[in-house]
Amino acid sequence: MECISRDELHKIQGERLAATVKREYENVPVYRERMDAAGVKPEDIRSVEDLQYLPFMEKTDLRDYYPFGLLASPQEEIVRIHGSSGTTGKPIVSGYTRNDVDVWSEMMARTLTAAGATRGDIVQVTYGLGLFTGGFGAYQGADRIGAMVIPMSSGNTQRQIMMMKDLGATMLCCTPSYASYLGETIREMGIDPKKDLKLKAGCFGAEPWTEEMRQRIEQLLEIDACDIYGLTEIAGPGVAFECLEKNGMHINEDHVIAEIIDPTTGKQLPYGMHGELVFTTITKTGMPMMRYRTHDICTLTADKCACGRTLARMGRIVGRTDDMLVIRGVNVFPSQIESVLVGADGVAPHYMLIVDRVNSSDTLEVQVEMTEEMFGDTVAHIENVRKYITAQIKSVVGIASKVKLVAPKSIPRSEGKAKRVIDNRKL
Amino acid sequence: MFIRQISVFLENTPGALREMCELLGNGGVDLLALSVADTQNFGIIRIITSNEQIDKGLLLLRDHGYIAKVNHVICAGVPDRPLGLCELLALIEKANLSVEYMYSFMRASHEGEAALIMRLSNGEKAEKLFQMHDVRMFSQEEVDAL
Ligand SMILES: [Zn+2]
Repeated sequence: MECISRDELHKIQGERLAATVKREYENVPVYRERMDAAGVKPEDIRSVEDLQYLPFMEKTDLRDYYPFGLLASPQEEIVRIHGSSGTTGKPIVSGYTRNDVDVWSEMMARTLTAAGATRGDIVQVTYGLGLFTGGFGAYQGADRIGAMVIPMSSGNTQRQIMMMKDLGATMLCCTPSYASYLGETIREMGIDPKKDLKLKAGCFGAEPWTEEMRQRIEQLLEIDACDIYGLTEIAGPGVAFECLEKNGMHINEDHVIAEIIDPTTGKQLPYGMHGELVFTTITKTGMPMMRYRTHDICTLTADKCACGRTLARMGRIVGRTDDMLVIRGVNVFPSQIESVLVGADGVAPHYMLIVDRVNSSDTLEVQVEMTEEMFGDTVAHIENVRKYITAQIKSVVGIASKVKLVAPKSIPRSEGKAKRVIDNRKL
Repeated sequence: MFIRQISVFLENTPGALREMCELLGNGGVDLLALSVADTQNFGIIRIITSNEQIDKGLLLLRDHGYIAKVNHVICAGVPDRPLGLCELLALIEKANLSVEYMYSFMRASHEGEAALIMRLSNGEKAEKLFQMHDVRMFSQEEVDAL
C-alpha cells in the first residue's frame, strides 16, 4: 500500500472519501447542516477532486460538540477515548471504534517500520500512556509489528536509562526535547551509547523541532532520529512519518487526505507551496473528520521518495497560521526567516521583522544582530554578509527584504514567546 | 611589518560614536588615530592606539557589549612633499593592489594638538558653531605649516 501508484491511490481515496462523507452526512447533524448550507450532497462527492467543495472543521467544533456530538457511530461501538487538554477551557476528546484503533495501529506500525523497526526490536515508549495519544499510539504500533514493548510512560529519567541499558532497547519513542535530555543525561553519567546501549533509531514527535535538534539527538544517542506527525483529532501519532531518508514525512494517504490551503481564502494551493495543512479522514468510523484545519503551516510534495514509498510527504511545520504575515500578497512566516538565520554560519538567531507600508507598497525590514563571526573591518565584507542573508531570505520566503544589521543584544529577549514582528501598516 | 588596529561595529544611531569614545576615554585608552567608515545602515570604527593599550581597549569594548576585533594593518611613511602620497599609490596600483581604506594619525607636532580632518553635513553651520565655542580651526596656512 505504501508503494502503490498515485492513480490507484487516488481511486481508493475517492471511494473511501465518498463512503465517509455519506456516513458523516447521515449520522452527524453538524455535518448535515454544514453540507446543506454549502449546497453539497453526499452523492456530489465521488473523487478526491470533489474534496474542495466540502466545509471545513475547526478545533472549536470539537469543543462546541464536546464530548460526543461528532460521533458517526453508535456510542456502544466506541472502544476508546483519547483527548488533549487545551490551554483554555474544556479538553477535546475523540472516540475510537475497534476499526479506528486498528487503523491507527497500522499507521504507527508503518511509522516504526520506516524508522527501521522489525519483530526483533525492543521499543521503549516514554510518551505518557494515558488520555494523550502518544504512549498508546507507539505501544499499539510496536505491538502490531510484533516487537517487544517497554511501556515506560514519561518521567523518572534514571529509571528510563537503567531499563534502556538492562533490557537493551533498540528503539525509542518520545518527544524530541526529552530525547535530547535523555542523551545529555546519558553522556553526563559516562555511558557510551555505542558501547553500552543498543539504541539504533527513534521516532520523535508531539512538538515542533528543528534540523539542528535532530543532529544533536543523533550525536548524543548515536541513533537515527525520525520525525513523526499526528494529532488526536485525526488519529494520534503516525498520521505522517519520516523514513530513514529523513526528507519529509510520508502521509498515510490511504487513511487520510492531506491538502494545503491558503489560510486566508480557504482555497487549495498546489503542492510545493507553503500553506495551512488540512486533513480529511477516510477510514475512521467513530469520529471521522472532514477537512480539519490544523493551523500548521508546511508544504506537500508527491515526488517519489528514495525509499520507494509513493505516499506524499509533508515538510517540517514552519509555523502556525496565527503567526502568518501577508506582505505584498505573499504569505510570510517568521519561522522561515528564523530557519535562514539559524542555517547561516555565525549568524545569531535573534531577529525582528518590521513591516511597513510606504507609498502603498509593503516593506519588510529584517533586523539581525551583528556577531563577531559576521563582523570585519571593511564595508565590503559586511555588505557581502548582508547581501548573502538578503538573498537567502529571498530564496526561502520569496520576497525582497531589507536586512539591517544592528548592535548585539539590541533585540529584546523574552522568556516565553518572543515578539518577532512589528507591523506598522495601518490597514 | 604590521601594526594592530581595533575595528568596532556601530549602529547608525545618534550618540553611538560619542558613547564609544567616552568609554575608551574614561578607561584611559588614548586614541592615536580613528576612522569612521559610514554606510546608510551601520558604521565601522577603526582605532589605532599604543600597543599596550590595544588589549585593554578591546576588553573594555567587549565587556560593554560591542562587537570588536583586532586586525593587522600596514602603517606606511609618506614623504612630506608634493606627490608623496601619489607615488605610494602608484606603487600600490602597479602591484595590482587596491586601497580598501586609508586614514591618518590625529596627532600633529604642533603645540601638542591633534589635527583631525572632518567633513560635516553642513559645513557653514559647523564653522559658525566652532567659532561660537572657540574651537580652534586650522587655516590653510597653518595646515601647510604643520
Ligand atoms: Zn521515504
